[in-house]
Amino acid sequence: MSNVIEIENLTKEFDGLVAVDHVTLNVKAGEVFGFLGPNGAGKTTITKMLCTILNPTSGSVKVCGYDVTRGRDSIRECIGIVFQDSCIDKFLTGRENLDFHGRIYHMGRKTRGERIAEVLNLMELKGKEDIKVSDLSGGMQRRFEVARGFMNHPEVLFLDEPTLGLDIQTRRNLWNHIRTLNEQEGITIILTTHYIEEADYLCHRVAIIDQGKIAVVDTPGKLKEVVGINLISLELASEGSDDLVGLLRGLDWIKEIEWRNSSLELNVEGGEERVLQLVELANEHGFVITAIDLRQPSLEDAFLHYTGREIREDEGSVKGLWKTRMAGRRK
Amino acid sequence: MEAIRVTKFIDPLPIYTMWLRQIKRFLRVKSRVASSILMPFLFLAFLGLPLSFIPGLKIGGMNYLDFLAPGIVGMTLLFSSTMSGVSVIWDKEFGFLKEVLVAPVNRFSIILGRSLGGMTIALVQALIIVAIAMAMGVKISGISGFFLSIVFMILTCATFTGLGLIIATKLSNTEGFMSIMNLVIMPIFFLSGAFFPLQAMPAGIRYIMYINPLMYGVDGLRGALVGGAAFPLWLDFAVLLVLSITLAGLGAYFFSKMEAD
Ligand SMILES: Nc1ncnc2c1ncn2[C@@H]1O[C@H](COP(=O)(O)OP(=O)(O)OP(=O)(O)O)[C@@H](O)[C@H]1O
Ligand SMILES: [Mg+2]
Repeated sequence: MSNVIEIENLTKEFDGLVAVDHVTLNVKAGEVFGFLGPNGAGKTTITKMLCTILNPTSGSVKVCGYDVTRGRDSIRECIGIVFQDSCIDKFLTGRENLDFHGRIYHMGRKTRGERIAEVLNLMELKGKEDIKVSDLSGGMQRRFEVARGFMNHPEVLFLDEPTLGLDIQTRRNLWNHIRTLNEQEGITIILTTHYIEEADYLCHRVAIIDQGKIAVVDTPGKLKEVVGINLISLELASEGSDDLVGLLRGLDWIKEIEWRNSSLELNVEGGEERVLQLVELANEHGFVITAIDLRQPSLEDAFLHYTGREIREDEGSVKGLWKTRMAGRRK
Repeated sequence: MEAIRVTKFIDPLPIYTMWLRQIKRFLRVKSRVASSILMPFLFLAFLGLPLSFIPGLKIGGMNYLDFLAPGIVGMTLLFSSTMSGVSVIWDKEFGFLKEVLVAPVNRFSIILGRSLGGMTIALVQALIIVAIAMAMGVKISGISGFFLSIVFMILTCATFTGLGLIIATKLSNTEGFMSIMNLVIMPIFFLSGAFFPLQAMPAGIRYIMYINPLMYGVDGLRGALVGGAAFPLWLDFAVLLVLSITLAGLGAYFFSKMEAD
C-alpha cells in the first residue's frame, strides 16, 4: 500500500514552546490512523500543518504526494477536514451549509444536489437537512460537519476530536458512520482523540503522542500486547502488605509489581488460574485480600506504559474507569 | 477526483458564494437587521429633528436635520463596513471562513466576495437611512445628486471595509476588539463633520479632520444629497477613490498573506 501522508521530523514552535517535536511517521492509503494524546499534546497543531493552514517550523510533510509548503493548492484539492471547534453555520440549514461548501469547491448545481443526497444518505441525515442547524442536537450537528468534510470526495479526511463533548451513545453512532466512510468511500481517515475507546474502536493504527512527541506507532492490538499479558490488581487489608510484596517478588510468573494508590498492580503471565493461586498464597501466609481483579490490558494501559502517565489524570484513575466500564458490561 | 485546477485570482463562483452567504446570514438574524438601522434612526429622530425645530438655527447655511442627514448616512456606512471587515477575525476563528481557508480557492476571491457582501448590506442600510431622512422632511437636491451619493457610499464602504480588514489581520486575537471600536471608530465618527461644519472649525481641528477618510465621504454625500459641501465634489471623489483603492487593496493583500504561523 502506498503512503498518503509522509511526515519527517515535523516540528512546530510557538515562541519557544515546542508544540510538535520531530514527528516522523507515514499513513497508508485506506487507513484509519489515530493520534491519541491528552490535552495540549499537539494533535490539533499537527492536523493544522497537514491541512496547510499552519506552516511548520521545520521538517517535511507530504500529503497525497505534495509538499505542504509548495503544493498547498494541490493538497487542498484532495483533503477534507472537520475541525475540533465546530464551524458549521448555525443560522443556516444543513442543506445550505452543504450547498455553500459544494459551491466553494466548484461543484455545479446538479453535482451538488446529487452529492448532497449521497452524503445525507451515508450519514443518515435524511429529513434533517432543512432544519436550522441550531435546532439540531449536538450529535447531528457534528454529523453534518462530517458530511460536509467528505462532500468534495477527499482522499484524506481529517477529524480533529470528532466526538468531543458528545455522550457515549452519540459517540458510538458517529464511530459507526466514520467506519462506513472509510469502508464504503475508501477515504483515508486521520483522527485525533483523547478518548482511548475511540482510538481502540476505530483506528487501524494509533500514534501515542504526548508533549509534542510520538511515543509509539502501532496497531491497538500490538500496543496492548506490549504492556503485558494480563493485569491483576489487589487490594489488601493494610497490615503486613510489604511482606506479601516480598513474597510475590519470588514468583517467576509475576513480571512487574507496582503500587498504584492503595492497590497493588501485578503484571502477570497466565490468566484466571493466577487469581486463584494468589488467593491461596495469601491464605497460607495469613494476608487478607479485600479485592482482586483480573483484566486484559487496555489501550489506556498502553498509554500509561509509553508515556508514564494516565491520559486523563483529572478524570479519575485507570482503575476507576475500568470499574465503571465493567459495571456497564454487567448490565 | 477532478483534475487539478489552477486557482484563479478572480474566481466567480466562490466570490458569488461568499457574497450570497454574507447576505443570507445577515437576513437570517432579524434582530440584527433592526438594530443596524436603530442607531442612525435615533440620531435623526432625537438630535436632527428636534434641533431643526429651533427657529433661526442654521448650521452650514441649512436646517440642522438637512445638515445632519448625510453625516448619519456616513455613520451607518462607517459602522457597518468597519464591522464587516473586522469580523473576519471571528469568521476565521469560529465561522465559515475557517472551512473556506482549507479549500482550493484563491484567498483574494474569498475576501472579495465576503467584502462585497458586507458592502451590499452597508449600502442597503444607508439607503434605508436616506429614505427615513426623506420621510422626516429632508429634501434631497435631485435624482442625479442621489445617484452621485451612491458613488460616494460605495467608495466609503470600500474604504472602511479595507480599514476593518487591516485591523483584523493585524489584531491577533478577538480581545482587542472593543477597544478598537472606541479608539478608532468613534473619533473617526465624531471628527467626520457629521455634526458640525468643517468650515467653522479652528485650524487645529480642521487639520485633524483633513486626515479623516470619513470626512471626505460625509462631505461628498452632503454635496450630492443636500448641497453645502466644504470641498468641491471632484476633490472628495478623488481623495476617496485613492483611499478606497489603497485601503481595500491593502486589506485584501494582508488577508491573503495571513497564513497562520
Ligand atoms: N497559536 C498558538 N500559539 C501559541 N501556542 C499554541 C498555539 N496553538 C497551540 N499552542 C500550544 O501548543 C500546544 C499544543 O496544542 P494543540 O492545540 O495542538 O493540542 P491538542 O493536542 O490539540 O490539545 P486539545 O486536546 O486540547 O485540543 C499547547 O501547549 C498549546 O498551548
Ligand atoms: Mg486539539
